Amino acid sequence: MSAYHTADNRLRITPILVAEAESPTVKTLMFRDKHCAGARPGQFLMLWIPGVDEIPLSILNAEQDGMIAVAVKKIGQATKKLHGTKVGELIGVRGPFGNSFTIRDGRLLIVGGGTGIAPLLFLAKKLNLKQARPLFVLGAKSEEELLFLDRLRRLCSAGDLMTTTEDGSHGMKCLATEPLEGLMAKERFDMIYACGPEQMLRKVFDLAEKHGISMQTSLERIMRCAVGLCGSCVMGRYRVCRDGPVFTVEMLREVKDEFGVSKRDFDGRRISV
Amino acid sequence: MSQDYLGMNLAGLKLANPTMLASGILGYSTETFESISEGGAGAIVTKSVGLKPRSGYVNPTVVQVSCGLVNAMGLPNPGMDEFAHEIRRAKTVLKVPLIASVYGYSEDEYALLAEKAVNAGADALELNVSCPHVKQTGSEIGQSPEILAAVVKKAKAVVDKPVIVKLSPNVTSIADLGEVAARAGADALTAINTVKAMVIDAETGMPILGNRVGGLSGPAVKPVALRCVYDLFEQVKIPIIGCGGVASWRDAVEFLLAGASAVQIGTAIAAEGPKVFSTITRGLSVYLRKKGFKDVNGIVGLSHRR
Repeated sequence: MSAYHTADNRLRITPILVAEAESPTVKTLMFRDKHCAGARPGQFLMLWIPGVDEIPLSILNAEQDGMIAVAVKKIGQATKKLHGTKVGELIGVRGPFGNSFTIRDGRLLIVGGGTGIAPLLFLAKKLNLKQARPLFVLGAKSEEELLFLDRLRRLCSAGDLMTTTEDGSHGMKCLATEPLEGLMAKERFDMIYACGPEQMLRKVFDLAEKHGISMQTSLERIMRCAVGLCGSCVMGRYRVCRDGPVFTVEMLREVKDEFGVSKRDFDGRRISV
Repeated sequence: MSQDYLGMNLAGLKLANPTMLASGILGYSTETFESISEGGAGAIVTKSVGLKPRSGYVNPTVVQVSCGLVNAMGLPNPGMDEFAHEIRRAKTVLKVPLIASVYGYSEDEYALLAEKAVNAGADALELNVSCPHVKQTGSEIGQSPEILAAVVKKAKAVVDKPVIVKLSPNVTSIADLGEVAARAGADALTAINTVKAMVIDAETGMPILGNRVGGLSGPAVKPVALRCVYDLFEQVKIPIIGCGGVASWRDAVEFLLAGASAVQIGTAIAAEGPKVFSTITRGLSVYLRKKGFKDVNGIVGLSHRR
């Protein structure tokens, strides 16, 4: 029997309850959806903007009472429209879809770039902080695009939160991948969790392999059906919507030719990521 | 149970078992074909490919309804020139027949696509003359007896591989059109493509699909598809491939009894994944043994007995 219950895949219409700016380009939207209440970190949902588009979004938070949050970065027509939505406006929700991060104990390295931090914040909240000690490395273009800093500060000690910005306005002036080599050489990590731009993820993967550290990362591809039928998101033999979006180091090795290199466009042609 | 038990020759195609991947499902890449083949499919039908790349429609392109899916993907495909490379690549590793699905806007386009696909190594062709939601192709070709005959004749004239015609249920008489295709030289028929459908949301008052209208697949269309296969079997002599809501061995058996020689599977992959093919094949095998049939061909069309 499939883990995908029919009812969960059907579109639910629900009003936006909270729309909050996180940065000049990112907004958090909240709404109620009981099917997503049990969502796990790394899973995604499909959000329908009536008459405009339906897009995949990583789940930023899911409360037991069904309050769901997603972080939306303004990048195209659909997300621009979402940024303009007001509290009370109706959206459609399908999901939650895909697999999730495996929650681990021990010393953890969590690397997030841009909005990639969204599922990682959700993951961090689910860690057992008595047994797990995460070190966060967060990267963004500038200070104002560093997301959820306050919330992350509450989940770790000051020394376990590093930031990098491309313009040097906060933390180190470099990409999030820059300090990783030194960190991995200095101490032994039990697991790396990463999410962000794919080129960044590829670098993290190459470093993880070099140092022999296990890794899980959440990937993004064009998604249309979200149920493993349309083929838009295929990567090697995997369907990112069903077999992912969280890829283990073993899965990443299998898709090395594509990971950080190419994806499929809407017409199925390979394009660079 | 031995492979021979389920094996067959379908219009010249050697199949290890009577299940195939339906067109439009996955079907872009060699790696996907391989995972479907490993899942147990007897043959693979590619996504429908045209001469030029096509992006398809804006999302939502797939909407779940009570007993199936309504989709309007809009024939997204990379175009035959690019896809020919994929066919070539697939043929170097794939152990099951690869059937290229093509759609065109004229008989010349279908013929050119057929030629290109076969030159790249496709084992057979499936002419998509039944997509219900792209203008000037698909069902707009397949619902006109004259155009359908011309398309099939022309494709048959340029290739020496089996030509399968995928029919639409959205016509007055699918059997009449099946007969037209057969007379024009089709080697086999696939029945059916999706049933014209749409989904409207009461809260917003909006059609949900990006294209507003689309086609229904899955369990909801199975009885419709069964009737189409049954009617075709009465009227045409060429093999029929049943398609529409096959999710279990029982569904497959029903299609064979109605007159199909093989079945295609699509929507069920959403719930079961690629292993759905071997699950169905195994069940079918047990059924045949239990009922005392020598092979799978023994039950084709049995429901027509009176």
